[in-house]
Amino acid sequence: MKNLLEAHAVSKNFGDFTALNNVSIAVPKGSIFGLLGPNGAGKTTLIRVINQITMPDAGHVILDGEPLQAHHVQNIGYLPEERGLYKSMKVGEQALYLAQLKGLSKTEAKKRLKYWFERLEIGDWWNKKIQELSKGMAQKIQFVVTVLHEPKLLIFDEPFSGFDPINANLIKDEILHLKDNGATVIFSTHRMESVEELCDHIALIHQSNKILDGKLTDIKRQYKTNTFEVGIKTSDKIALAETISKKFDTSLTDFKSLNDELKLNIKLTQNETSNHLLSYLTTKGEVSHFVELIPSANDIFIQAVKNN
Amino acid sequence: MNHLPLIIKREYLTKVKNKSFIIMTILSPIIFIALIAVVAYLSQLNNNKTRTISVLDASGLVTEIFQNTEHTTYNILSNVSLDEAKTIVEEAGTYGLLYIPKQDSIAAIVTHIKFYSKETPSLSVMTGLESKLENKLRDVKLQQQGIDLSKLSASKTSVNIAQESFIGEKTSKIDSYFKLGFGLAAGYLLFMFIIIYGNMIMRSIIEEKTSRIIEVIISSVKPIQLMLGKIIGTSLAGITQFVIWILIGSILMTVVSAILGIDLMQQSPQQEMMQQAIDNPEVAVEMQNAMLAFWNLPIANLVFAFIFFFIAGYLLYSSLYAAIGAAVDNETDTQQFMFPIIMPLVLAVYIGIFTVIEDPHGTVSTVFSFIPFTSPVVMLMRIPFGVPIWQQIVSFLLLIGTFMLTVWFAAKIYRVGILMYGKKPSYKEIIKWIKY
Repeated sequence: MKNLLEAHAVSKNFGDFTALNNVSIAVPKGSIFGLLGPNGAGKTTLIRVINQITMPDAGHVILDGEPLQAHHVQNIGYLPEERGLYKSMKVGEQALYLAQLKGLSKTEAKKRLKYWFERLEIGDWWNKKIQELSKGMAQKIQFVVTVLHEPKLLIFDEPFSGFDPINANLIKDEILHLKDNGATVIFSTHRMESVEELCDHIALIHQSNKILDGKLTDIKRQYKTNTFEVGIKTSDKIALAETISKKFDTSLTDFKSLNDELKLNIKLTQNETSNHLLSYLTTKGEVSHFVELIPSANDIFIQAVKNN
Repeated sequence: MNHLPLIIKREYLTKVKNKSFIIMTILSPIIFIALIAVVAYLSQLNNNKTRTISVLDASGLVTEIFQNTEHTTYNILSNVSLDEAKTIVEEAGTYGLLYIPKQDSIAAIVTHIKFYSKETPSLSVMTGLESKLENKLRDVKLQQQGIDLSKLSASKTSVNIAQESFIGEKTSKIDSYFKLGFGLAAGYLLFMFIIIYGNMIMRSIIEEKTSRIIEVIISSVKPIQLMLGKIIGTSLAGITQFVIWILIGSILMTVVSAILGIDLMQQSPQQEMMQQAIDNPEVAVEMQNAMLAFWNLPIANLVFAFIFFFIAGYLLYSSLYAAIGAAVDNETDTQQFMFPIIMPLVLAVYIGIFTVIEDPHGTVSTVFSFIPFTSPVVMLMRIPFGVPIWQQIVSFLLLIGTFMLTVWFAAKIYRVGILMYGKKPSYKEIIKWIKY
């Protein structure tokens, strides 16, 4: 089985409002799958369908080759965006309770909690109440509770909100670590830099429809415009810019550099290669900078949403 | 995966370990008993005061009936005019002056008897004096018509009709009081229980929403399991509290009455009258009947009916409370939904008090003892008067059926409502949720 999770043509309406319209996704085993989309696009509804919190009106979900069933909740760890803990309960008791709800025995849960609390250096919180902890501290506990039962599928909805950069990094490393240990991760976020860093695959949902999905590198290839960012040292920048613009599609640009040089974006046509451009430029001056512009996840996100 | 026991355990332990719960559990009976003790003590103080009543009997017919008692001293005035008597009494500062004028006929005397006092005399004193005078003047009238009083009292016959139903159950008037007492107590207990612990369930569901833990929980358990767990866990905590209340209450009651030497149960200021009543042989017989009456109640039926109707009625209402808790975001928003819940409860109690007592098997009582939202209270009040078993069973089944329906309905609202934040829902929206 190549895909751990497949959603087939899932639709969900709330009264007159369509939250999901015929959305299909496939999450490959062992990948980190980014579920992207503007606010209110339907990401959370899709995640709730996967978690069996909401029943879809149409379509079905396959987890590890089986149609989704009640007992599958034990194979899923879910960190919702709207999250919290019982405020007046002690950290340890609460973590044990939530772990038992996921089907762990009390002794097993205790053993694993000890391990995780030591790993995240939060061992001395066991007898504290949640209301005595800061938001970031509570988030750490929540993270531990989500992954404790070692689920095959982890779903994180905005996992980094509420963390300072140090703890955000810590959690990011933990997510990568979990992936290395064989977990599959669905990752829903607005923060495009973390998509760039973590995700192998993405799906973009906009106004209840899926408008884009696939491997992140494939999508980038698809969205790249064959544009190169170049810097050429020259004595007369204006004259050179004029000369190049007669042969190529150029525009002025700016980037950080130690030299005083002509900075251009040059867009190539289908049958021109980077070698063509480079050999041409070397005849005009010393090339100090030559980079292919790869669209960022952010650019793709904005462009895809605009095009729809 | 059945997580119900786990959820019940957590709900129960969190409730029971909660500081304010513990304080309320211990403090309430103490405050309650202290209040009773204070009231009893005060009324006893009041009762122990002896009062002096001056009597000016110008007619000379009734003087001998004013014998001093424990709390009342009669000061018989003679050979003074009414004005002089008034001055004497006013200067002495005693309780008051009773004036019986001299007239030609008793009928004339009766209309002219007067009581003079500085402040308005107490009702019980006046009633006491009136009945004394009535008895004596009746005797005087009888004697004037030549009737021998000793013969008259010898001819007195006391009739106590023994009531028996066709199947041989003995009943009596005292029975009715017991039945009434039981019905009222059961009905009120259920009413109180629903209001106190229904609210508790509602609050604990709102708490889950405001702390935002709900989505984490329902990704592990079915909403209906969570809801039932909360209802059962909270109810068990409630029962624990009730039992502790009763225990502490009865212990304190014994201790306090032993220490203060006050009979807390008999706090009525009419102790004297009670004493007189008990001296009356008729009443003594009735008191004996009372014990019999208690054993005449259909006790087994009562106990079972109480347990079943109490539990089912409570569950029915608490599922509604749970639905409200799920539908709103904070407690202030609950107001608009509370009214339709409280209404049938209040209605049930009123029907119980006014209709069941008048006519326990009349149309109104019977109908409302079948309607599920009023049946727990009304049926519990009717049962002591003897309700055919088939009626009890039908009513109970209706109740259980409705409970299933409301649980289903509440679970629907619950499932959608727990994930709705920041919006105050209307009835229209809630009905829409059921269709989701």
